[in-house]
Order: sequence, then structure tokens, then C-alpha cells
Amino acid sequence: MRSLTRSNVFWPLIALVALLAVNVAARPGFLGVRMQDGHLYGSIIDILRNTSPILLVAIGMTLVIATRGIDLSVGALVAIAGAVACTQIAASPSPGSAATVLIAIGTAVLVCLVLGVWNGFLVSVVGIQPIIATLILMTAGRGIAMLVTGGQITTVNSPLYKSIGAGYLLTLPVSAIIAGVVLAATALLTRRTALGTLVESVGINPEASRLAGVRARSIIWTVYVFSALCAAIAGILISSNVTAADANNNGLWIELDAILAVVIGGTSLMGGKFSLTGTLIGAFIIETLRITVISLGIAPEVNLVFKAVVVILVCLLQSPVVQRRFRARRRAVAQEHGEAVEVVA
Amino acid sequence: MAATEAPTGVLTRVARSRGTSPLARYGSVLATLVTLVLVFVIGSTRYTGFLDSQTILNLFIDNAFLIVLAVGMTFVILTGGIDLSMGAVMALSTMVTARLLIAGWAPGPVIAAVLVLGCLFGLGVGFFIRVFEVQPFIATLAAMFLARGLCFVVSPNSLSITDPFFVSLSQSRIRLWPTGTAFDGRTLYAFISPSVIVALVIVAIAAWVLHATRFGRTVYAIGGNQGSAELMGLPVARTQVLVYVVSGLCSAIGGLIFATYSLSGYALTGVGVELDAISAVVIGGTLLTGGSGFVIGSLLGVLVLGTIQTIISFEGTLSSWWTKIVIGALLLVFVVLQRLLIIRRRT
Amino acid sequence: MATRTTPPGPGPGIPAPVHDAQAIVRMTGIVVEFPGVRALQGVDLVLRAGEVHALLGENGAGKSTLIRALTGVRPPDAGQIEVDGRPVAIHGPAQAQALGISTVYQEVNLCPNLSVAENIMLGREPRRAGGIDWRRMRRQAAEVLGRLNVDIDPASPLSAHSIAVQQLVAIARAMQVDARVLILDEPTSSLDADEVAELFRVMRGLREDGVAILFVTHFLEQVDEIADRITVLRNGARVGERRTSEMTRLELVSMMIGRELAVLEDIAQDAESREEAAARSGDGSAPTPFVRAIGLGRRGSIEPFDLDVYPGEVVGLAGLLGSGRSELARLLFGADHADSGTLEVDGAPVRLRTPRAAIGERIAFSSENRKAEGLVEDLTVRENIVLGLQAARGWARRVPQRKQDELTAHYIEALGIRPANPEALVRNLSGGNQQKVLLARWLATAPRLLILDEPTRGIDVGAKAEIQKLVHDLALEGMSVVFISAELDEVLRLSNRIAVLRDRRKVAEIVNGPDVTARDVLELIASGGQE
Repeated sequence: MRSLTRSNVFWPLIALVALLAVNVAARPGFLGVRMQDGHLYGSIIDILRNTSPILLVAIGMTLVIATRGIDLSVGALVAIAGAVACTQIAASPSPGSAATVLIAIGTAVLVCLVLGVWNGFLVSVVGIQPIIATLILMTAGRGIAMLVTGGQITTVNSPLYKSIGAGYLLTLPVSAIIAGVVLAATALLTRRTALGTLVESVGINPEASRLAGVRARSIIWTVYVFSALCAAIAGILISSNVTAADANNNGLWIELDAILAVVIGGTSLMGGKFSLTGTLIGAFIIETLRITVISLGIAPEVNLVFKAVVVILVCLLQSPVVQRRFRARRRAVAQEHGEAVEVVA
Repeated sequence: MAATEAPTGVLTRVARSRGTSPLARYGSVLATLVTLVLVFVIGSTRYTGFLDSQTILNLFIDNAFLIVLAVGMTFVILTGGIDLSMGAVMALSTMVTARLLIAGWAPGPVIAAVLVLGCLFGLGVGFFIRVFEVQPFIATLAAMFLARGLCFVVSPNSLSITDPFFVSLSQSRIRLWPTGTAFDGRTLYAFISPSVIVALVIVAIAAWVLHATRFGRTVYAIGGNQGSAELMGLPVARTQVLVYVVSGLCSAIGGLIFATYSLSGYALTGVGVELDAISAVVIGGTLLTGGSGFVIGSLLGVLVLGTIQTIISFEGTLSSWWTKIVIGALLLVFVVLQRLLIIRRRT
Repeated sequence: MATRTTPPGPGPGIPAPVHDAQAIVRMTGIVVEFPGVRALQGVDLVLRAGEVHALLGENGAGKSTLIRALTGVRPPDAGQIEVDGRPVAIHGPAQAQALGISTVYQEVNLCPNLSVAENIMLGREPRRAGGIDWRRMRRQAAEVLGRLNVDIDPASPLSAHSIAVQQLVAIARAMQVDARVLILDEPTSSLDADEVAELFRVMRGLREDGVAILFVTHFLEQVDEIADRITVLRNGARVGERRTSEMTRLELVSMMIGRELAVLEDIAQDAESREEAAARSGDGSAPTPFVRAIGLGRRGSIEPFDLDVYPGEVVGLAGLLGSGRSELARLLFGADHADSGTLEVDGAPVRLRTPRAAIGERIAFSSENRKAEGLVEDLTVRENIVLGLQAARGWARRVPQRKQDELTAHYIEALGIRPANPEALVRNLSGGNQQKVLLARWLATAPRLLILDEPTRGIDVGAKAEIQKLVHDLALEGMSVVFISAELDEVLRLSNRIAVLRDRRKVAEIVNGPDVTARDVLELIASGGQE
């Protein structure tokens, strides 16, 4: 039990459980799930589906933040991915065919990967601060997305495409499955191989890592490409859900939600140790917050304030000051129980 | 082997010759000035009437609020921090202004109330950052959500401002010099709005504060080396909180200017405007790591952004999204240059 | 490290301080406790006017904690501090400063982006019409600098000056606020001999003015030269306080590590084996060099040099600060790129573009900057030790957990890393143990050439001896070692051959032997290799 309380995901988990409890109290059927139209249906399912894009972006963001960086351009990348995919499908003679959809998705992902390479280049080779390097794409990126769609909101008529963001597979939302697969793959990749430790090492001390023989530059470059990949997939999910590419609004502020999810989940902005589980919980917290406001019947205007207050509370709880207070109390308790106290010479 | 009196100036003789010229010190502002001139030349060669004095003055009129915001952002960035909430606080200021005026308050108290609100907000943010050691990025992000949220609570819809004082301010023109005659015989003048005066005064005050007061020098010290500044006994805690009060105040003033300009309070005002402010500050030569930069540079940075916007609107065929791309490209150039200079200085 | 027969005394020409000079600061029974740790247990310290008082002790002995107690950064939990006979409670640096206690830290805690004058005067700057009076500020700064006989432009930015000058500016700041007690925390670690002499000149001047100086250092010769009194801390307690003239070097060191210097003497006794090794290298019967640098150089960093390193030998690099020793080492490792020349490994030329390539050639490099370039502080001992090995394998093939545990346990025991907990965070270890972890990392990559840049800097005497013995043993086992140390004693003790550097150029190379002395090497440095 103690190791659970000591773990960084404890407080976020409590927060999530508390939020869910509030929802259940306000709407007793909240946790109810039933079968309808051949798939599962319920508020929980909605949360699963709606969290997927944020979760995807947050996964990529977690690795970037772990290397002491940040990627502000993911919102623009989401918009660009949707724009590229939708304009391709809209321009094709057979928008519903699998080939069209696949090519469209492939092109969108490719474009975003190239932009990810660009971000990684600026940060790892030119040495520009990540916040400013990705700010450039954040500023110019929406302009690029607008360029692709010609300033119009591009709607597409493709049931196959729509099924990605809005469809169901084996009773679960496709988007949730995609997000889950990406999460599992990332977790395996970072923990089963040494990638996770090397990323953490680079984030904590890039120069020492380089001198120890770690390919710091490649690792930093890679995480930005990975983040762009995640954003691309998220962009596909969002635009397919509404079967439209809105360069102005797709993924608006998603970078901020993603960063919040990562930080709430316990990964520090200063880089180093990261937690994908924490990010998962953080992403759920953000989406559940939105639902809670609706469940409580609070006027939607208050949604943002509510979100802000919860975020501030979590930040306070995670702040170094409060953490130190907890740690000191825990040690005092240990001392009281006569546990051995080490003397460091 | 140790002498009682080592030859004096063994080290210091070398040290004496290594001063720095004014060029090195103000180089960053010079670079921005050159950029501004360059962009202007591009504009004037492409379009007739670009060099018209009113076009230049319109730059100031249209961007007065951004100039004020950039000043506040400069203070924060100089200490190595950042303020993502400026746009939201600006919007909140417009909402509160409109609301209070509709409720029947007189303009004077309204202005005072809004300024106090801005300061208090900044005080809260500064407190959050300093006392609880929350990173400025996250803290001001949360503040942005809060301020934006409060905007929606005040009113989800746009509120009009019809108070005569504000209306007259919005329409008032300060005449500068005659520029010709209209077809009906009236003399035409180049003009600016009162907000420009306000903005320029604020820039002047900020420049004086940063250069000539202990508070200002402490701001630079914190950006240079926070730990050292604390060990030197400088009032670091107080200063760190105060810079956010300054940015809150500037956001409030920016909001008042914008409210006068648009005669309305709207919750979605200024979405993303803090990014413009950050861009202006970076283009103005201030380092994001803190400790180096001038408000004059930020003023010039705003003018650069404004000129690009003007060029694009003159172009007519290009749509506004090109502005974003060009600004992004310009940001890239400046940042790469800054980086090259740092690398050069280190070797 | 022969025992002294005559006790050392303060610098020549300076009269010995008066016996009961007035005590400015008196600390009695200072206790500082951190959760689970007693950092200081009832320590006494008296600082007298016009006296240089040296504070010595191994890492973790409590020196920094004592200073933080005096300057109010971390007030004591028990005990009393008196200033001029009156008890005071100091809660922060500002208050300490008001009481006349100023500190100059090793990292020179000033703001490099501000001017010299601001760094001296800010906080007590002259005002005019609500703002700063620049002219008067520059003038006052110049006055203080003049009192210390330091001649620099007050309007110049601090970053335009070397660390040594910045330290003098820091002292000027302390003097500007009329400090009566000046604490100098490891001021000489980054200075060369000229700069140390300048610093000591300033210190002597201050001493004559009646300032009490607390001088924290680990350079024993400097203590001999400048200190009037010595206090030794060990494990949080004061083990001795003596006047310099009344203590021999041997007494001093045994107070610090609490045991006879058998280990260090053992190495000195190894003169015979050193002779053998000296005979072994470079006489034709030796195998080909493992690494050979031919005209290797980097513009602005080090002039082209030749160096052969044979298996089983220790090559020491001797030279002053700034002579290019670290730069040479970094070129051998590929941490920096060479502009000219070639590097051969086992007779075949290689291009070492990255540290990774060097590790592939079985070359390892332990940087002098342990914290910034060596350890990854928030990772555990195990993760740090395995890092080099893991990096060489790439990210895809993780070193199996069992092998990680074996490796870590092996080095914890072999090098005596304390605490012996593989999951301890490296940031919580003392300097000596951190260096051992770093060494373990490099040894785990099974190098044939190990380059050690200042491996014993800032480490307690006990750990220093252990590391020196380790280097010695590694060479006997056939590893090549390039060894850099500012302490000539160490270089002489361990090396088979010594390369002498000066002003970024290798000027000489000599074979070490029992009759080679420090003086010989210093003369080589001084003459630049010309006879």
C-alpha cells in the first residue's frame, strides 16, 4: 500500500476516481453500459472515444517532455493531417474505397512525419530551444493547413473514413482501440527495450549521456518525429469523426490539453523520468472533467473555470513544496516507528 | 616561492582590454531595426502609398494594445519565465469593462477596477509560481483557462460598450501634422489615437524602470542567474511575483485599449495573442532564457509584425493565413541567428 | 608525500597574528539535522579578526553545512552563534550580510549578464531621483576595486572577465558591504598558479585590514601558505583546531581521514614496480602502442601533438590550468573533433567522430566535470553503471536484468561504493562515491584505454587513495591509462611517462622514475620545453 501512495500516479488516480464518483452521484446510470446497434453504448464509452485523440497526442508529448523538450506544434499538425487526408479524399473519384482512404491517410501521416523531422532537426541539430522551435511550426502550421484546404472547411463523404473516428470494432470504438494499441506499443517499446532509460538519461543530462556513448542527438530527433506521428493519427481520428477538415478549429488547444495530461500524470516538465500510465490517467481526467460539468448540469460557460480550478488543484498537490511536506511527514512517521535512520557521512 | 606582493594587474591587465562596445550590447535591437527597415522597404517598393505617413501611424494605432502586451511579456521573459495568460486576461478586462459600464458605473471607477483586477490576477499567478514553485508555463496555462473561463461566466455573448466616454475615446483623433487637402477644401491631418500615447508612455516608463531602478536590474539579475541573485541578497522573491503583476497590469491596459478600439467585450478576444507577444519579444532580441533584451526591441518587434500584416492586407489576393506562415518564417530566421551568435560567442 | 620534519608557517614576510586577536564570530555547539542524518554534531568555530582560518575535511564532513549555518541559508537546529559577543539568530544571507558576514562561493555567485559595477553595488546602489545614480555607482565600484588593487572597467559586463577576476569582483562586493568576516568556499579550485597568487595577495591585504577570513579548501599546500589556523571536520564533528605552525602535514591528514596513511605510502613504496614499468615502455621490447596520435590537433583548442600510449602503462599529463590537458584528452576520445592529424588504434587509422565511436574502439573517458558531463543524477547507481554498456549496445538490445544486477554488485564491492544500494539515486552520494560510480561505468565497457580527467578532484583523502590504487592496479593488469591531475604529486606517483603541456601545446615528454621530482616537471613547464 505504501508503495502505491508513494508512486507518482497516486494523486492523479484519486482525482480521476473522485471525478467519476461525482458523475455517478449526479447521474446514477453514469457507469451503465449496454449493447445497442451491435456495439457498447454509454457515457463511459463516450469518454473512451473522446479521450483517444488527446491521449494519442499526449503519448507523443510524454516522450518529448521526458527529453526536457516540448512540442507546441501538435495542434497545427492535427489540423494539417486532417486537411491533407480530407482534401485527398474529397478530390478522389471514389471517396469511399479502401484504397483512397488508405492513400489519404498515408499521405497525411507522411507529411506530418516530414514536419516532425523538421522539428527534430531544429532542436537536435541547430540547437534551438524546443519551445521556440515548435512555436514556429505552431504559428505557421495553421497557415499551412489553411493553404491545403484553400481556406474552406473540407467535408468528405466517405463512410469508411468516418468509421475510423466514429465507428466500432468488436463492440468498442475504433478510435479507442487505435489509441490503446499505440499506447501498448509505446509502453512495450520504452520499457522492454532500453529506449525508455536512454530517453530519461538524455532528458536528465544530455551532455553526460552523449559522453557515455548515448546517441543523444538521434534520440531527441526521434521523439519529435514520434510526436508528429501521434499527432497525425490524432488528426485523422478527429477529422474522420466529423468527416471534415476545419483548419482553424481542428485540434485547437489540443497541445495545451496534452501537456496538461502529461504533467497531471506525474511527468515533470524538466524532463527525466516519465510515466505513460500517468499520461493515460491525465488524459482521462481532462475528458472526464468536461463530462462532469455536463453531468452536474453546470452551465457550459462554467466548464472552463471548473477545468481551471481542478488543474490548479492538481498542480498544487504536485508542486515540490507540497511534495516535500508529504515526504517529511512520511519520514517523521517512519522515525516514530523506530525505523532505522541512516547516517550519511 | 610565494612572493608577498604578486605583480598587480597580472590578470587584470588582460581583463582591462576586454570591454564591450555599445554595438555588442545593443546589437540585438539593431538587428530588429534593420529587419523593420527591410520589411518596410519591401512594402514600399511593391505598393505605392505604403510609405504614406498615415500607414506608418496606423501601425501604431492598430497595434497599440499589442505593444503594451509585449512590454509586459518582456518583463516576464527577462526573468526567464513566460506568461500564456495575457490574451485571456486582456479578454477578461474587456468583458469586465463592458459589464461594469452596462451596470451603470462611471468610466473612471471602471478603469480603476479593471487595472486592479489585472494586478490581482498577476499577483495570484506570481504567488502560484513563486510560493508553490509551479513552472511558469503550467501556472500561466492554468491561469489562462481560469481567465478565459471567467470571461464566459461574465457573458458568453459579446457585450457592447455604449458609454459616451469610451465612444468619444474610440473616435478621438490626435492631429499631428497636415498632409494635404481633401476635395472639399478641408485640411487633412496625420493622426493617432490616444491609445498610442498610452502605449508609448508605457514603453518609456518600462525602459526607465528596467534600466534605472533596483527592481529592473533585479529582473535582469534573475534572468542571468537566479541563484546568484538570491545569494547577493537581492529581493528575488518579491521581484518574481511583481513581474507577473506587471504583465497582469499590462494585460488589463491592453484590454482597455482593445475595448476602446472595438467598443465591445467579447470572450474570444485575443485568442493566441500571447503568442504574438512572445514572437514580438523574440524578434525584438530578447533571449527566451532571460537576462538579456530591451523593451525598445519588443516595440520594434511589434512594428515588424504589424508591417507584415499590413503588407499582406495590401496584397489583397493573399489571405490572412499567409501572415502566420511569414511570421513563422521570420521567427525562424531570428532564432537561428540568435543561436549562431551564441555559438560564435562560445568558441 | 614524505612526512614533514619542520612544521610549515604562514607566508614569509608577514608577522604572525596576535595570539588573542579579537573573536568576531563564535559558534558553539552547532547541531544541524536533516531527516535521518546528523550533518553537524556540536561543532565549535571561532573566527578572529586579522586571521586566515582554514576549514578542512573530507566530502560530507560538514563544511558546507557549517557555512550554511553561519550565513543563514540553513540555520542550526541547536547551538549558539555570537557576533561581537552578542548572540544572534541568522535567518538568511541578507541578515548575515548585515552582520558583516559575506561569502564568496566556488561558482562565483554573481550575475554574468550585469556589469561589474552592478555586481558589486546592486543592493546598496546609490540613488538619484528615484532611480539608480550610475555615475556614482561606477565611481564607488572603482573605489572598492582600487582598494583591492584590481584594475578593471566597472562598466564592463562581468561575463567579459575570467573566473579568477570574477572571484575578485565577488570579494569586492563583500568588501563593499563592509564585511568583517569573509568566507571563501573553495576559491582556488579553478585557478592557475598566477591567479592563486593574486588571490592570496588580496587575502593578505584584507587580513592586514583586520578582516576575519574563513578559507575552505582541500589544497594542503595552500593551507600551509596562507592559513594561520586550521580547523578539521570529520563526520560532522570537529576533530581538531590548531595553529598552522603547530601542526605537521601528517598530523593534518590523519586527522582528516582518521587512519595512518598506509595506503598512500604503499603506492610510494611501489617505486620498484614503477621502475619495471618505466623500463617496459618505449624500449623496443614493448608491444606496439595501443593508441597513437600523430599530429592530432584542433584549432583554438590544442596544437598538433604526437602521443603514443602503450598497453599496461600510465601516461600522466602535467600542466597548468589552460595548458590543454583536457582538450588533448577529449581529442583522444572523440568528444571534440580534430582538425588535423590522425589517430591510430592498433596500428590502423580511425576517425572518432563521436564518443560512441571511441567506445567502440575500447577507449573510455571520464570527464573532469563529474556533475555536468559524467553522471545522470536522477538515475540510480545501477542505471548509471550500466549506461555505457547499454549505449554501446544500442537501444534495442536491453542489457538483461540479471546481468545488470551482477555488474552493479561487482563494482559496488570492488570499488567500495557507499551506500551499497544499487537503487540509490546517484545525486545522494558523496563526491568520492559518485566518482567511483562513474569509474565503474567506464570499467564495465572493458576499455583498453581509460582516460581519467581529474578523477580525484574535490574528493576526500581516503577515496583519493583508493582511486589512485585502482589506477595502479589497472595498469598492472594491462590497461592503458591517461591520467590528468592538477596535483603534480599524484601524476608523479602514478605515471610511467609524463607528457608536459603548456599554453595548449605539448612541450615535453619524460620517462618517470624514482629520481624525477615535481621540480623537474615544473621547470619543464616554466621553460616551455626549451633547455
